[in-house]
Amino acid sequence: MTVDLREIALPRQVDLRVDPIAPAATRIGELLGTPLPVVPNTGSEAVLWLGPDEWLVFGASEDQLRTALGDTPGSVVDVSANRVVYELSGPDARDVLEQGCAIDLHPRAFGPGRCAQTMLARANVILHQVDAAPTYRLLVRPSFAGYLTSWLRDAMSAAG
Amino acid sequence: MRLPEGGRIDRTKPLRFTVDGIEHTGCAGDTLASAMIANGLLTVAPSTYLGRPRGIFAAGVDEPNALVQLDDPMQLATTVELVDGLAATTLRGKGRLTDEPDAARYDKRNAHCDVLVVGGGPAGVAAALAAGRTGARTILADEQRELGGSLLTENRLLDWLADAVEELDALPETRVLTGTTAFGYYDQNFVACASKTRLWHVRAKHVVLATGAHERPLVFVDNDLPGIMLASAVRQYVNRYAALPGENIVVATTNDGAYGTAFDLAGRVSTIVDSRSEPPAELVNRARELGIEVLAGSTVRQALGTQRIGGVRVGDREIACDVLAVSGGWNPAVHLFSQSQGKTRYDERKAAFVPDKSVQAQHIVGAANAVYDLTGCLDEGFSAGIEAAKMTGFDGEKPAAPYTAREVITDPHPVWFVDGPEGRQFVDLQRDVTVADVRRATGAGMRSVEHVKRYTTIGTAHDQGKTSGFAAIGVIAQLLGAESPQGTTTYRPPYTPVSFALLAGRDRGELHDPVRKTPMHDWHVRNGAVFENVGQWKRPWYYPQPGEDMKAAVLRECRAARTDVAVMDASTLGKIDIQGPDAGEFLNRVYTNAFAKLKVGHCRYGLLCKADGMVFDDGVVMRVAEDRFLATTTTGNAAAVLDWFEEWAQTEWPDLEVWFTSVTEQWATIAVVGPQARVVLAIVAPDVDCSQDAFDFMTFKDAFLADGTPARIARVSFSGELAFEINVDGRAGARVWDAVMATGLPTPYGTETMHVLRAEKGYVIVGQDTDGTVTPQDLGMEWIVSPRKDFVGKRSYQRPDATRPDRKQLVGLLPTDPDELLPEGAQLIAPDTPLTPPVPMLGHVTSSYHSAALERTFALALVKGGRQLIGRTVLAPLRDRTIAATITEPIFYDPEGARRDG
Amino acid sequence: MLLIPCPWCGDRDETEFHYGGQAGVPYPERPAELTDEQWGEYLFVRDNPKGEFAERWSHSAGCRRWFNLVRNTATHEIVR
Ligand SMILES: [Zn+2]
Repeated sequence: MTVDLREIALPRQVDLRVDPIAPAATRIGELLGTPLPVVPNTGSEAVLWLGPDEWLVFGASEDQLRTALGDTPGSVVDVSANRVVYELSGPDARDVLEQGCAIDLHPRAFGPGRCAQTMLARANVILHQVDAAPTYRLLVRPSFAGYLTSWLRDAMSAAG
Repeated sequence: MRLPEGGRIDRTKPLRFTVDGIEHTGCAGDTLASAMIANGLLTVAPSTYLGRPRGIFAAGVDEPNALVQLDDPMQLATTVELVDGLAATTLRGKGRLTDEPDAARYDKRNAHCDVLVVGGGPAGVAAALAAGRTGARTILADEQRELGGSLLTENRLLDWLADAVEELDALPETRVLTGTTAFGYYDQNFVACASKTRLWHVRAKHVVLATGAHERPLVFVDNDLPGIMLASAVRQYVNRYAALPGENIVVATTNDGAYGTAFDLAGRVSTIVDSRSEPPAELVNRARELGIEVLAGSTVRQALGTQRIGGVRVGDREIACDVLAVSGGWNPAVHLFSQSQGKTRYDERKAAFVPDKSVQAQHIVGAANAVYDLTGCLDEGFSAGIEAAKMTGFDGEKPAAPYTAREVITDPHPVWFVDGPEGRQFVDLQRDVTVADVRRATGAGMRSVEHVKRYTTIGTAHDQGKTSGFAAIGVIAQLLGAESPQGTTTYRPPYTPVSFALLAGRDRGELHDPVRKTPMHDWHVRNGAVFENVGQWKRPWYYPQPGEDMKAAVLRECRAARTDVAVMDASTLGKIDIQGPDAGEFLNRVYTNAFAKLKVGHCRYGLLCKADGMVFDDGVVMRVAEDRFLATTTTGNAAAVLDWFEEWAQTEWPDLEVWFTSVTEQWATIAVVGPQARVVLAIVAPDVDCSQDAFDFMTFKDAFLADGTPARIARVSFSGELAFEINVDGRAGARVWDAVMATGLPTPYGTETMHVLRAEKGYVIVGQDTDGTVTPQDLGMEWIVSPRKDFVGKRSYQRPDATRPDRKQLVGLLPTDPDELLPEGAQLIAPDTPLTPPVPMLGHVTSSYHSAALERTFALALVKGGRQLIGRTVLAPLRDRTIAATITEPIFYDPEGARRDG
Repeated sequence: MLLIPCPWCGDRDETEFHYGGQAGVPYPERPAELTDEQWGEYLFVRDNPKGEFAERWSHSAGCRRWFNLVRNTATHEIVR
């Protein structure tokens, strides 16, 4: 079994809603140092696409984002405690996920910089592939963390 | 008997096994059935209903007779791979489940591919090669341990096959799943496959079905005797397993296919009985060269013998034999094709139901498409593989086919049954159903095979009609004088039986369903909480102290909340952040009461109804800013309420600028309840002035706790007592809970006490006191239904149904005997109602508890026209006694609301 | 199991979606002005064709967006 699971501490998480063509979206991109991704289900360690006008932003605070949003209608919500983050990494990581995730994770369909809100086993997750190791980040509600880590460890024992 | 050479078994690896306790030896590569035949064991357990002797009939999943009990019940000897130490018991029809849990590890894989090929015979291997070489992601699934299908039976192209297998294994994007049966074909090319311990969910862009064909039996008198076998099965046992079922063989056929069996067993075959008056001259000549007599235009009328076949009657002749190899023609295995909604049609010339029209992105090739010559199968396979790859965006050359001699397949001449005693002509060997039974069904007026199936049970045993289904269709057609068979039964998954353990996979034990835990869960465990499941959440139900039962614990917890101070973990409540300039307007439209004018810093209890006016959810909403609210929902409805908000905002009012974010787990919530709540708050949050003048009911303050933790403290109450809810970042939840408990003052309480306290006040719990048929008015909550603004559901309150006087209304119940506890769900009737069904019901108990404050039991109930009945008596007739109770107002404690200020 | 095309996320399994019934049945503009019959029609009466059916879905386990599609109720083919 060549796969590793660990919990990681990510900087602040904020849920952002804004019209991507509004100037505020550009201001926020400047704040983050990277434009808000507009291709569905893509992102980076700074920000993930969650919907056509919704992103999960890492690092910036609710206040900073609210300032960047200015008078533009939108929504900024600190959700730092709303999800815990795991990293699943190693050659067998994909095989672990394929035991409980129905979306296609083959490199032709999913790869570094891709993310998805989907189900892993019976838990809702945000899945984000960070690199080609492959390393995946799994963001999950803390109340599901016990279930999900038990499931992952069980799946890891059968991977490869 | 084991032949001295040939076959694909490994004679250097003997395997010992037992059948019914007697030890035998087989070889690696055997199935249990081939090893039995090699050991002279052809006869298996007698038939289920009639007790007639039966033998191994087929060589694969179509076997009707050779059921065995292993650790797993009801396995087919023909599909069980022989392993050393295997202990089989032959089964008469029914197996038994073991009491022991299945210790094997079953799991699941999700797989995606461009091309899924089902079936590893020549057509399937050709398709997989063609598709795989283009670079398309290809999966080839075959139920057998070894690829090759009919090639292994017929000993043909084995070198080509070996090369193909090697190449498929080497193709980087091609995966070969042997020992894996595609058993269910669902929408959008979702195909479920099962290996022994793994369930595959395959989603394919294109599917090539190369599922082969099943040989049909022949129906004649005593056609169930041991020694009567499918011709292709005899050939497979001999060629693939070097297992010879008999020495003196007669072949009875309606088609060309069985000639190969006769030729491969030349020297042991005396006669071919062919129903066709002019079989192909080429085949007849070849038979004669091999010393085999061909009886054209003839059929076997009867098998002779009692325990095993000893001969056959053909016309006036009796021909001795110890095996009769039969072929009643071929049925394309259209099971998966039909499951995928493909349509079949009856092909007169081929005398079979053949694929007509695909519905999904799919090809069906080879014998499954009624193509029976090897050249044709390979050609169709290669073509389909290339076409499938092209359809999914890949390109390549159609591979060159290996050399195969050209075969001309001559049309069959089907025989459905013969003259003779119909009660001894078996249509379904597993169910012991005969032509006589089918005649009874058609005599009773049944025409459709679906009806005959249900009347006779044909095709309802473990093989689901693989051998019997078409036999029945033919018999019905002949009995009804129809020109040709009229339709099949419906093919449903699974194609072959699948164990529940496999379907369950890892979703068992602690992984069966997520158990959701709050940040304070460990404290609850350490402090002896008994938990209750609320949806997927584990919530503390009550905290028994040593020697306490549930009743005592709950009474103590209630007393603490009413007379002192108690705390509850309320973190599971759903929470939704609502932002945008139109947030207030949105809430106005979905809640029954008004929110647009709620002041910042204030809270309001709100009720949500569906468009039909029925109560859907409730909770407290806080106004955090002009354009920002935080709504709470019931624990079980958090996701449903968010969905509800999104639905209205996106689909009905897209012009409203409002956004929703689930923050259920962003916040941990601690309810501090009771007259001494301020004392606790003063310690935990010393900077907050929580005096009556400084902290109004239904307001909240953002503040820092003693240890600096930011908190949002709300003065809300679900118990009627003075109460505060401390909301903190979820990650601080456990720490703040510890700080609250460290004051040494509060008693922890669970959901049961919470339920009792709110019921004493007549506060409903959505989903317990309501069931989707209850309006706010039914609950006596007219006060929360705004007369001034419109909201979702409002129009429904003018419907005649909503204003009926006999609607069920929420009332209180006080049992006449103050120690009697009404069971929740108990039906209520008027006194003097006769208990002869149908008994007119007045309503039912929705909540029922012992009350510490009232020092008696009480209940809430929904009763027809209940508010007009206050003061009257109702009865709850139970199994062993009847409980009388008085109907009351649904509020039992502090009706003036004096306690909420402490 | 259906494979449903979310206009944003692409094809996903049916289990990620929430069904919203017939499309094109808007909430009446002025419910108060409707007769009981008209309101009852809105609440309870929907088409149930064998064949193509325009219906609403929400990608509830994904991007949470609502969208319409046309599905053949007999074959489960998603037409558009
Ligand atoms: Zn989506």
